Amino acid sequence: MALADKDRIFTNVYGYQPWNLKEAQARGAWDGTKDIIAKGRDAIIEEIKASGLRGRGGAGFPTGLKWSFMPKQPPVDHNGNPKPSFLVINADESEPGSCKDREIIRHDPHILLEGALVAGFAMGARAAYIYIRGEYIREAETLFAARDEAYAAGLLGKNAAGSGYDFDVFVHRGAGAYICGEETAMIESLEGKKGQPRLKPPFPAGAGLYGCPTTVNNVESIAVAPTIMRRGASWFSSFGRDNNKGTKLFQISGHVNKPCVVEEEMSIPFSELIEKHCGGIRGGKENLLAVIPGGSSVPLVPADQIWDAPMDFDGLKAVGSGLGTAAVIVMDKSTDIVRAIARLSHFYKHESCGQCTPCREGTGWMWRVMERLRTGDAAVEEIDMLFQVTKQVEGHTICALGDAAAWPIQGLIRHFRPELERRIAEAGNVAEAAE
Amino acid sequence: MPKVTVDGVELEVPAGATVLQACELAGKEIPRFCYHERLSIAGNCRMCLVEVKPGPPKPQASCALPAAEGQEIRTDSEMVKKAREGVMEFLLINHPLDCPICDQGGECDLQDQSVAYGRGGSRYHEHKRAVTEKNMGPLIKTTMTRCIHCTRCVRFSEEIAGVDEIGALYRGESMQITTYLEQAAKHEMSANVIDLCPVGALTSRPYAFEARPWELKKTLGIDVSDAVGANIRIDSRGREVLRVLPRVNDDVNEEWISDKARYMVDGLVKRRLDKPYLRRDGKLVPVSWNEAFQAIATLNPGNSIAAVAGDMLDCETMFAAKKLVGALGSSLLEGRQTGMDYDTSSLAAVNFNTTLSGIETADAILIVGSHVRWEAPLVNARLRKAVKRGAKVFLIGPEWETTFGGEFLGEDLSVIGNLPDHVWETIRDAKRPAIILGGAALGRGGLEAALSVGEQIGIVRELEDGTTWNGFNVLHMAAARMGGLMLGYAQKGGLADVVAAKPKVLLSLGADEVDYTKFAGSMIVYIGHHGDKGAHAADVILPASAYTEKAGTYVNTEGRVQWADKAVFAPGDAREDWTILRALADAFGVSIGFDSFEELRSAMISEVPALGSEGLADYGSDLPAGGGSASGLIAYPVKDFYMTNPIARASATMQQCSAELLHGEEIAETAE
Repeated sequence: MALADKDRIFTNVYGYQPWNLKEAQARGAWDGTKDIIAKGRDAIIEEIKASGLRGRGGAGFPTGLKWSFMPKQPPVDHNGNPKPSFLVINADESEPGSCKDREIIRHDPHILLEGALVAGFAMGARAAYIYIRGEYIREAETLFAARDEAYAAGLLGKNAAGSGYDFDVFVHRGAGAYICGEETAMIESLEGKKGQPRLKPPFPAGAGLYGCPTTVNNVESIAVAPTIMRRGASWFSSFGRDNNKGTKLFQISGHVNKPCVVEEEMSIPFSELIEKHCGGIRGGKENLLAVIPGGSSVPLVPADQIWDAPMDFDGLKAVGSGLGTAAVIVMDKSTDIVRAIARLSHFYKHESCGQCTPCREGTGWMWRVMERLRTGDAAVEEIDMLFQVTKQVEGHTICALGDAAAWPIQGLIRHFRPELERRIAEAGNVAEAAE
Repeated sequence: MPKVTVDGVELEVPAGATVLQACELAGKEIPRFCYHERLSIAGNCRMCLVEVKPGPPKPQASCALPAAEGQEIRTDSEMVKKAREGVMEFLLINHPLDCPICDQGGECDLQDQSVAYGRGGSRYHEHKRAVTEKNMGPLIKTTMTRCIHCTRCVRFSEEIAGVDEIGALYRGESMQITTYLEQAAKHEMSANVIDLCPVGALTSRPYAFEARPWELKKTLGIDVSDAVGANIRIDSRGREVLRVLPRVNDDVNEEWISDKARYMVDGLVKRRLDKPYLRRDGKLVPVSWNEAFQAIATLNPGNSIAAVAGDMLDCETMFAAKKLVGALGSSLLEGRQTGMDYDTSSLAAVNFNTTLSGIETADAILIVGSHVRWEAPLVNARLRKAVKRGAKVFLIGPEWETTFGGEFLGEDLSVIGNLPDHVWETIRDAKRPAIILGGAALGRGGLEAALSVGEQIGIVRELEDGTTWNGFNVLHMAAARMGGLMLGYAQKGGLADVVAAKPKVLLSLGADEVDYTKFAGSMIVYIGHHGDKGAHAADVILPASAYTEKAGTYVNTEGRVQWADKAVFAPGDAREDWTILRALADAFGVSIGFDSFEELRSAMISEVPALGSEGLADYGSDLPAGGGSASGLIAYPVKDFYMTNPIARASATMQQCSAELLHGEEIAETAE
């Protein structure tokens, strides 16, 4: 079971063809968009719900359900004027390991723009804001150009794609903060403020961008929508296990022979993904140490547990990790696993916004202990203390960055405690600790 | 009215309440740092975590979570205890252990809550974070290493003060609270962030290392630096007032005070008059009380005596002087020192009728001749709230930097009688229109012209809910004004009538704004506390008490009667004002009918009953018709916010603020 070429949504993910509108249309983009919209808001949402699409940004929230939270009747401001609704598309792809949105934007931006129109119409949005990561310079240039092409062809703007629906797309470049990938921090940043997550409730669907109903979706979630509408929910849900339907862009990096981004069906076993698309683990299966299966925020999974695990939300949850963005980071036995996780800790310490206490103070503490554990300059009981500190951060913060900082360390301690203790012993700190 | 269960006790909470408020209603203490009743909810300290069902299986920030029907809230579970300990530990890992040298010690939220909710020990053995100090001006001292990033100060400046002065730079553990470009905080209420700061990051610069809170005697007082009558707590040790803090009174000052009210008190020990003086051969020489009294009595003025009241007087002093002048057969009393002569036959016409809290509900406000930020900073904060609720504000007078927008219509008083159409329509069609007249607009027919506008739009009206709305407001600047007017300190022609009467003796009761050259033929007896303009012109000086040194009754600009207590004794030979006037009566050989403060007060209350009960005095809501026209360029009387009264002028802190914040002088200390 492997995804056939005819079933690929992202047909130009490697950029073998130009991204431009004409070629994109030849590949099927913007085909019958008017008819899709003619089906009406509810029909689109129902179709997406039926397809079983879950958010591709990491949390895996059912996309159709999310769209259905948008108000049917727009709320009114204090002067009695109706408020517009907005779609915000999260292209602030900053998670270490993730690089799928980048491929979509630079090689196939039109399916994203078409998705913006379809999704935006389905939720009654007046406009879509695509918030693209600041470091994606060429990608942003492509996106700006693609947007201009779409406007010139009448696919966006007034009477978008001949549907009778007015819809605008704005592209906004970020400034390089990881936290702006969090949905409410992204809204703050779009409003011109410091990117700090907001408290929920109120949820964005009630009061988001400029206080108006807003839905924030990942690039991939939006980009797959038009194809689902064209080929039907049953086609999309024919891939993957129950509750984990569809196709997915996997991004495999690290110690495989051929790192790649590949569209595959959900629930493909890890082994098949690696052997078929990546040319296997560097040095063979026996050389595999551990895998971070969903981007830096999820706990690592040791080799023996990951090998046969199905790559989907539930399958990876069963092995104590998560699908995240499906950014698979493969580490072979040459990896200094403690240093790798310590580096991730530094990343979260660096990217914490500083708003709420546990994350602001806890990420720095965790990183400093991790750095000492890396060299063994620690006491054995500090491993337990570190674990407790991660538990004090996890679930106590405003946004999920605290959780994301805690999980990699928890994964390390859960699976590689002997390695940590070995380093402490080698550094000669055991006797001292035992005294 | 949702029903919730807090620790097994079911109770009903008001709709819109948060879980934190529900817990407080249930009598549970919820620790918090960032949450403050008067600021927006930030939810960032994470100290108020509680367990809520239904909800995710993790603790929730109770300050930000709305209470909903059927919630089961636990504040005593293991999860909550652990969460609090965890957050407390995080707050403390980078907080210095310098409590012994920290001015917040003894009144520090972090200290108190770490004792109550902390773990008792630290497991953090890495290096602590250090943060460079920030310059926030002459009033706010910073020790930013102590900052716990609650952002109360940021929210105060943005939301209450309405200026973008304080904010956070950088992110993560490098986040720092600072003023933008490290400029001094210049707002008139900036020092309130010191009270808001839950730790010792922002402390009071003038009060630095002066005292510990438990050494201080706390006295309830009323501020006299403007006519708002802010409720204050006077903290003193021995004979010295060390600091002034606001008290909570939602009707008057909420819980803020202006920087002047807070920091002019160091002027109470400078330039004080501490013994009687007599002018001999053109020079003031110290004399005994007897010599001073004899010098006045031998002049034998008969009924050729007058009294002029200063701006910071209590009602008792004014009443005692009125009795004395009356016993001698005179009724020459005046309090409007600069010579204003507006009609005072109806006190409702010169009162802040909407009340200070009521102005928040106005939906169209016309401000005439008032630099509100300088004349009453606390009213400015109220106006900002009104605008946030949707009120439209128009101003007549030279432009000043409002914190709430508003449209300036012109600098001439004549604009009142000639409002632009859109302004006229807005206030005419408003549900709760209000007019605020400042000191600069009262004279030259301004009061009558404004009353006439008020009458045309029906500014006194029945509201839909059956209450009476009186939107006509006069914003005074003197704490003594309304009390003085109630006691009859007003001549028909103002101070000019007193000048014309050429009194032999002029009792100057702390009156420092009078042009004394007009009284060249009179013996000027200055009864006051500071060696300011009045004392310079005086022939006799009788040293009296400042507002912290006597009990008294004050009436603020909305006619609210409030009482203050005596915090400290006056220095040297200085006495409480009423005792001086009582002794002066003996020197003149007349009786004024009281021998003790209690007798004085009851005599005053029997004459003016409204002064006997705390709260709003009733002046009725009938406004005179007004009419006529006003004209003339408006010039605000306050030229320097920090220098409006003799105490402030004597205060080193206020002088520094004036020099640095208003006149842009570089101060060496801050450049360090």
